[in-house]
Amino acid sequence: MSASPERAPRLIRGASGEWEVVIGMEVHAQVLSKAKLFSGASTTFGAEPNSQVSFVDAAMPGMLPVINRRCVEQAVRTGLGLKARINHVSVFDRKNYFYPDLPAGYQISQYKTPIVGEGEVLLDLAQGQTVRVGIERLHLEQDAGKSLHDQRPGHSYVDLNRAGVALMEIVSRPDMRSSEEAAAFLKKLRAILRYLGTCDGNMEEGSMRADVNVSVRRPGAPLGTRCEIKNVNSVRFVVQAVEYEARRQIEVLEAGGSIAQETRLYDPRAGETRPMRSKEEAHDYRYFPDPDLLPLVIEESWVAEIAASLPELPDDKKARFMRDYGISGYDSGVLVAERELAAYYEELAKSADAKLAVNWLNNEILGRLNRDGRGIADCPVSAAASSAILGLIADGTISGKIAKDVLDIAWSEGGDPATIVNARGLAQVTNSAAIENAIEAVIAANPGKVEELKLKPKLAGWFVGQVMKQTGGKANPQVVNALLSARLGLSGEG
Amino acid sequence: MPLPSSPTDLTLSEARDALRTRAISSVELTGAFVEALAGARALNAFVTETPERALEMAAASDARFAEGSARPLEGVPLAIKDLFCTKGVRTTAGSRILGNFVPPYESTVTANLWDAGAVLLGKTNMDEFAMGSSNETSYFKPVANPWRARNSNRTLVPGGSSGGSAAAVAAHLCLGAMGTDTGGSIRQPAALTGIVGMKPTYGRCSRWGIVAFASSLDQAGPMARTVRDAAILLKVMAGVDAKDPTSADAPIPDYEEGLEGGVKGLRIGVPLQYRIDGAPPEIDALWAKGVDWMRAEGAEIVEVSLPHTKYALPVYYIVAPAEASSNLARYDGVRFGHRAAEPRDVTDLYERSRAEGFGAEVRRRVLIGTYVLSAGYYDAYYVRAQKVRTLIARDFAQAFERCDVLLTPTTPAAAFALGEKTADPVSMYLNDVFTVTANLAGLPAISVPAGLSENGLPLGLQIVGKAFDEQTVLRVGRSLERAAGFSAKPGAWWKAA
Amino acid sequence: MSVDNKTVRHIARLARIALAEEQVEPMANELNNILDWVRQLEEVDVAGVPPLTSVVEQRLKMRDDLVTEGDQADALMANAPEAEDHFFVVPRVVE
Repeated sequence: MSASPERAPRLIRGASGEWEVVIGMEVHAQVLSKAKLFSGASTTFGAEPNSQVSFVDAAMPGMLPVINRRCVEQAVRTGLGLKARINHVSVFDRKNYFYPDLPAGYQISQYKTPIVGEGEVLLDLAQGQTVRVGIERLHLEQDAGKSLHDQRPGHSYVDLNRAGVALMEIVSRPDMRSSEEAAAFLKKLRAILRYLGTCDGNMEEGSMRADVNVSVRRPGAPLGTRCEIKNVNSVRFVVQAVEYEARRQIEVLEAGGSIAQETRLYDPRAGETRPMRSKEEAHDYRYFPDPDLLPLVIEESWVAEIAASLPELPDDKKARFMRDYGISGYDSGVLVAERELAAYYEELAKSADAKLAVNWLNNEILGRLNRDGRGIADCPVSAAASSAILGLIADGTISGKIAKDVLDIAWSEGGDPATIVNARGLAQVTNSAAIENAIEAVIAANPGKVEELKLKPKLAGWFVGQVMKQTGGKANPQVVNALLSARLGLSGEG
Repeated sequence: MPLPSSPTDLTLSEARDALRTRAISSVELTGAFVEALAGARALNAFVTETPERALEMAAASDARFAEGSARPLEGVPLAIKDLFCTKGVRTTAGSRILGNFVPPYESTVTANLWDAGAVLLGKTNMDEFAMGSSNETSYFKPVANPWRARNSNRTLVPGGSSGGSAAAVAAHLCLGAMGTDTGGSIRQPAALTGIVGMKPTYGRCSRWGIVAFASSLDQAGPMARTVRDAAILLKVMAGVDAKDPTSADAPIPDYEEGLEGGVKGLRIGVPLQYRIDGAPPEIDALWAKGVDWMRAEGAEIVEVSLPHTKYALPVYYIVAPAEASSNLARYDGVRFGHRAAEPRDVTDLYERSRAEGFGAEVRRRVLIGTYVLSAGYYDAYYVRAQKVRTLIARDFAQAFERCDVLLTPTTPAAAFALGEKTADPVSMYLNDVFTVTANLAGLPAISVPAGLSENGLPLGLQIVGKAFDEQTVLRVGRSLERAAGFSAKPGAWWKAA
Repeated sequence: MSVDNKTVRHIARLARIALAEEQVEPMANELNNILDWVRQLEEVDVAGVPPLTSVVEQRLKMRDDLVTEGDQADALMANAPEAEDHFFVVPRVVE
């Protein structure tokens, strides 16, 4: 499968010529559900050790897995969000290996017949390009437990709270060609999962992790040997890891060496990838169908029910925003990246001008959120309040500048914008008489400047500023301009 | 009804009546079995005896009788194969690797028994992880068959893997016992000890809480003195379980009802391929007698063919070890059980704990299982075996278009001596040649004691039925039992002086 | 296709069962004995025959998404050969 034709090749210049990076990703996304994939233990993060573990999760003798319907539903929902084929019959297989965080000595996964087949994710890149990244498959599998290595020297402490939590493993085709595309893929995938409510995409907490496959080749050559960089837990680190690994591989090849196919880890402190200490020799997982589980059969009617319940997804929402609100592809893309952000925008756009709403959101709201390290979901000023502020600007009650002050007050203290304006007397002065008085006062205080104005028309701006100061900033700037022009005989600049 | 000389000689059905009419109290009855148990240690049938708990449970049963709230198995003392997890009572699976594991949960099947008022006498000895046909692979030493050959002092095997349960029933140490059957582990020891043993349809009873050996083959079943007793137990054991997705939603008929219905008009299939070259002639002779009895009772005898029969054992010895190799991976010294001392690292912890904890037969089967699933061999061995399994299941489906049940011998020979077959694993495996087919096809089957061998040892006949048709299997089994009139008893060589 | 000593050591490692060097060859013989016997399955014509997925004719039953288990760290640890502060303890794993 080749990259989409519109894409400009992003090649890396090596010592001996150009190289192309080929990137694929396997993303492990924890399913949002109350209980685990095959047991009734809770999935909440951060609980006391081994307090969310069923005897099934601990692989005690005689225990049996029972599949959680919600997890199946979430996988189907995700498959539909990826525009993928839903397999009506799928099989659970055992992946056999030994590790302390895997109590049964096998992981229940899906090997040859996964629940979801081929799909796609569309990436929006900086220059307005769209790149299609194919999805190979999505399957359900159990997550493993966690080990702590620093509790007692020479020992590891095993906590099985996470063991058995449902994971969706989403495998992309090797369709990405740059670290930028890798980042865009991960962000888009996360957005889709969050829109669908099937995964919270929280990489810091580990509910979404990426294994990144990187190889390099001369443009037009067959695929090179790839290395897998495991468990990268932030978009930033994915970018760094891809760039480091691509350069590393190019250096090796240009020096005449060859790439050993291996599993590596990215060390963000050192800024490099390193081979993983071999867990064991070449893995032979001895996959076979789990004899405790019958094949999973999903009725078409259930799939249709789930399809009918899907929310509008980012791509469709973006297209609709461009069409209905007339805003740019870039702006739409930013707005739909988070479902809550898009919802915030739509609330604003009900009453305010579409473009003004974009600017307000981007400059004022997102600016303050970034400053405070908060997300749109816990924005202290609601969409309704922002709408109110924009309405107060539109009907001339306040100026754009005053609006920002109102926003700051509402941000830190809360409160209804109209009330804030009234309580603090922030309403614009539009009364011509009052403004005329202020103009007279300024003229009277600055006769020299009035003379200068005849030679330097640009001084009009200074006058406007003085009138604004005179009125405590509350004069309506348009009215000031108009009256000042008339009074001073200006040509209407400023 | 007059009680026999000892209450331990009552059948389960008779004891149930005696308890209900209060001809005997639960405590008295349980006490008699506790005493019998204590005097039968030479058999080594039990790994763990629970006399205090038994008497407590019996006392509770007496209270229930007094207030008129008796349940179906109220006060009935039973022995439980040590493969069933029993809450608060050590469970070993016949292995060293479980150490002193005390389950914090009760298996569904045994929970059903206790909820019906039954009394726990103890956990019976068994082949390690149910892998064996003679109870000689147990970490807790072999079980002795209560039977000895005429004029012989040699200790014989009771069969396996449910050898302890079989011996306990045959020696009247309990009114009935639980066993499990993966390749014949209930039916074969039942035949070798002269008792009734039944493997229900796969999915009829829940596997939850039973230490898993081979998930697609394991099934719990009753072992008792009579067919009626087995039917009584099965009624309580059976049922769908939400915790076991392989358990079936099939309705449970009253298995006691219709037991005496006879076989008139029933078509009984006799499969050609169950005649084995080299088997002692007495096996075929008993089988022919069984056919005559059924014919005399009005059944129609039909010759059927199960062409893939000879491949059943090789299929079993690929599929079962493969599943076991994966099911036994959890025994690693981390969360329970035996742990090697001073491990150098995690790999050493696993390798030594498991080498020390697993016996020779288990190690052998885990390695075979690992091999047949491994890269390069999976298709040639495991997949091929599962395909032949499909053919075996189809053989039965076709045969059952022309008959209602099959009649076969249960085993190719009577009980053999300890140590006689341990040198060559394959020769041991051949003990299951008549029983393993029913496990592969998931069908219900019962062994009924039908006669004695040349040297006075019990032999059984087997009835195999259609899926979920335990009722017909039990009915035909009862007819066979009536016709055979097997009344021989083992001499009590093992009773403590 | 018989197993040699090297294969036996490899299988034993996969299965995490320690095999002393003097046990390797006897085990190879035992395994070959069994494998030679099961090899008769190669005689069977399995063309077009599907592998048996399940003897039970039914749908995979599913459970509701409810938290019904957990909060039992003590019971979980009760049988652990080595545990501390509700963790299972093993020799240090190097990642």
